[in-house]
Amino acid sequence: MADMRTNLAWFQLPNPILTASGCAAAGRELHQFFDVADLGAVVTKSIMSRARSGRPTPRMAETPSGMLNSIGLQGPGIESFIKNDLAWLAQHGARTVVSIAGTHTDEFVEVARKLRGHPAVSMLEVNISCPNVESRGQVFACDAIASSRVIGAVRRAADPAQPVFAKLSPDVTDITHIARACADAGVDGFSLINTLLGMVIDTDTMAPALGGVTGGLSGPAIRPVAVRCVWQVKQAVPHLPILGMGGIRTGLDALQFLLAGASAVSVGTAVFGDPTAPVRILRELEQTLDERGIAAVSDVIGRAHRAPAALLSAAAASPR
Amino acid sequence: MTAAPVQEVAEIFAMQKVGEYVQFTVVAPGVAQGFEPGHFVAVAVGGENTSMLLRRAFALYGATPNGDFAGTVQFVVAAHRAGTRWLLERKVGDRIDVVGPLGTPFPLPSGPAPAVLVGGGYGTAVLIPLAQALITHGSPVEFVVGASTASRLFGELVAKRLAGSVTVTTDDGSAGHRGVVTDVLPGAITRIGAEVVYACGPMPMLRAVGEVARDHAIHAQVAVEEAMACGIGVCMTCVLPVRGDDGRSRFVRSCVEGPVFDADRVRWHDVGRLPSDLIGADAMGGGH
Repeated sequence: MADMRTNLAWFQLPNPILTASGCAAAGRELHQFFDVADLGAVVTKSIMSRARSGRPTPRMAETPSGMLNSIGLQGPGIESFIKNDLAWLAQHGARTVVSIAGTHTDEFVEVARKLRGHPAVSMLEVNISCPNVESRGQVFACDAIASSRVIGAVRRAADPAQPVFAKLSPDVTDITHIARACADAGVDGFSLINTLLGMVIDTDTMAPALGGVTGGLSGPAIRPVAVRCVWQVKQAVPHLPILGMGGIRTGLDALQFLLAGASAVSVGTAVFGDPTAPVRILRELEQTLDERGIAAVSDVIGRAHRAPAALLSAAAASPR
Repeated sequence: MTAAPVQEVAEIFAMQKVGEYVQFTVVAPGVAQGFEPGHFVAVAVGGENTSMLLRRAFALYGATPNGDFAGTVQFVVAAHRAGTRWLLERKVGDRIDVVGPLGTPFPLPSGPAPAVLVGGGYGTAVLIPLAQALITHGSPVEFVVGASTASRLFGELVAKRLAGSVTVTTDDGSAGHRGVVTDVLPGAITRIGAEVVYACGPMPMLRAVGEVARDHAIHAQVAVEEAMACGIGVCMTCVLPVRGDDGRSRFVRSCVEGPVFDADRVRWHDVGRLPSDLIGADAMGGGH
């Protein structure tokens, strides 16, 4: 049996399969189907300082090999999250990555501070794909300066024992530009990728299908985009670890992300169709490594970058 | 949620055409075990490598936990789009991936209480096992069953056999009273001295049923059919604005807190909107 252990910065995980933010709530519902402590970690739905209603319905549209969502970060607020959700996760022995969000830098900082010293929190994932109210609603993750400001502030405010990962958006001209800015601000790693902005129009009503008009596209439809982003960021900032996500549905999908440079992966949209997907994918990945005679997950991380030099230079030269 | 849901690969035992619908009976002992009226199942569609990622939700029409061999459950499918069409192309003996029982079932009165059950289209299906439970508890039951046209009615004969009294309505008058269920609901409530109304069907019908119940100063427990991505409470897509015990309103999940709601608690006029007094609505400002 392959050694499945991996690390995200100094956070040690027994295996590289995590849930994805917004696709597992805070673990409780999935625990009906499998033991959440069996996962590498549970990544919780992005939490903000105050309770948020989220957007009006319809919030979802199915698309080919994907779905579009416009939830609007519905959540109970950090106090209630710590009291109820985090307490439940701790009680059930789940390693926990808390996804935090905000509409201005101070909100991220406030939420990160409230999580200081909490024994159940292994890591923070900073969801910077939120509109920045201080910049006419421009998404933080689409602007290198705004991204680096939030990441720097969170890194300073957060518990030094908790690695801080920046979750980046693929909806940018050059994701490595944002990644480098976050690296300069002291980020400990990257979560790649968030959803792609998309839109569906209902041809019966002749109006946008979602209450929020646009929404985030997820699922296998975006997997090649996600693998490309992991690859590029690994090339640009090789010293920082990556948590990969985007349309992972099988153990082989997970392996692709590891080969591209991710140290662990999150399983998101697949959970909606198959509540046991994370543990199934873990089993499949184990099996796939064994079949290939690979002794440890650490042996495949970033391995695709070691492909023959001719192939790599060709990739670098090819136009986008 | 009363019973923990399970995921089962269920063999299709029977597919029976009923008007424009198909009634499925599938072998799913784990789902059947925990079944209570109002529960639903979420069914994967399209096969292993499908491009349709999301499950389809179907209210359970019944369950036989201790059948001749393994336990079975029944649900009713109407052709909508590609997902339900795929299901309807299955054959007896095929296997489908089923998660259930899901949702919070219908609350039953603590003692015998006369009830009117109102079904719109195949929404009647979920009311049949409820009627059985109510009758077992000694509650007299009367049905009102409606649809746009006769071929879209479901279960009126089963309902008749169970309850004795069924009033049928169709929009086009092709069966029973020409009109809608709320035309005949007040009469049924008065006739039986109903203390509660139960309903399942399209949202405008549920809202109208709730209004009739309120006019008669009784509660209406209604099962909604909201679009869901997961059915198990993690995706937050199926929310409705609902007033809580504390008098304050929130977006709550139809799949876990529902699908059965007290009609008076649902803010029907605000479905698809973001009322400013909803908890957390104030935090939405500035976003897009």
